[in-house]
Amino acid sequence: MRRILSAMATGLVFGVGIVVSGMANPAKVLNFFDVFGTWDPSLALVMASALVVTFLGYKVVLQRPTPVLERTFHLPAKRQLGLPLIGGSALFGVGWGIAGFCPGGAIPALGSGQSSPITFVCAMIAGILLVNGLGALSARRRALP
Amino acid sequence: MITTFTPIEALLGGSLVGIAAVALMAVHGRVAGMTGILTGAIWPKGDWDWRVAFLVGAIAAPVVVTLLTGVALPLQADLPSWAIILGGLLVGIGVTFGGGCTSGHGVCGIARLSRRSIVATATFMAATFVTVFVIRHVLGGF
Repeated sequence: MRRILSAMATGLVFGVGIVVSGMANPAKVLNFFDVFGTWDPSLALVMASALVVTFLGYKVVLQRPTPVLERTFHLPAKRQLGLPLIGGSALFGVGWGIAGFCPGGAIPALGSGQSSPITFVCAMIAGILLVNGLGALSARRRALP
Repeated sequence: MITTFTPIEALLGGSLVGIAAVALMAVHGRVAGMTGILTGAIWPKGDWDWRVAFLVGAIAAPVVVTLLTGVALPLQADLPSWAIILGGLLVGIGVTFGGGCTSGHGVCGIARLSRRSIVATATFMAATFVTVFVIRHVLGGF
């Protein structure tokens, strides 16, 4: 129960940060990238402040032996750069540039009850399920004799 | 569409995102990447309970902010539906192959000085910049 309440509170703080910063608003996000048009530099300050706080906080937290409510820290172990990382990130950027929502902005935006984030998140989930589904399918094929 | 530069809100909001990222690591030992949290909740590999709780908290945020401040979340997305759907599909496919998004790679990954996250962030920021430029200044908008 403590795990659930703590995760929910953390999600709320994350979401409030996104909402206060304006990053749940696609117009504001897209304007950051429109340097030659209606430029709004806000996103740079959002990322910079989030990065500084996270960098400093991780330095302290990751020196502890374990997290408060779990047995281990789950840190990504992958090291290699490759086509999935670069091609996937490029595709993500194209989609972000078209719609103005990224996953971290769109999920809190759902709570506004407006239709555009709902449409976006449904399509995004379809994309996530598609890739994971095809991945599982090809893994099963490979496992067959 | 013009939006005003809001440095105070940006720094405050960004700091809150950072605090949430540090708290999720400190308490749950997890990276606060929205892609990973969402994927684990809809494509369960075991521990989906804290993920769903995190998502519920994030979705409640606009409601809480509106209750506290009386201001509704400004959300301007005057795009045709096909563009929102296309964008959503590309984002979903892209972040799955890329292993993360702005929160996972851009904040948590770079904070760990991960080479993968630095490359991923540089790549998607550049791709977004080019896409917005082409849509707005080559195609003249949707």
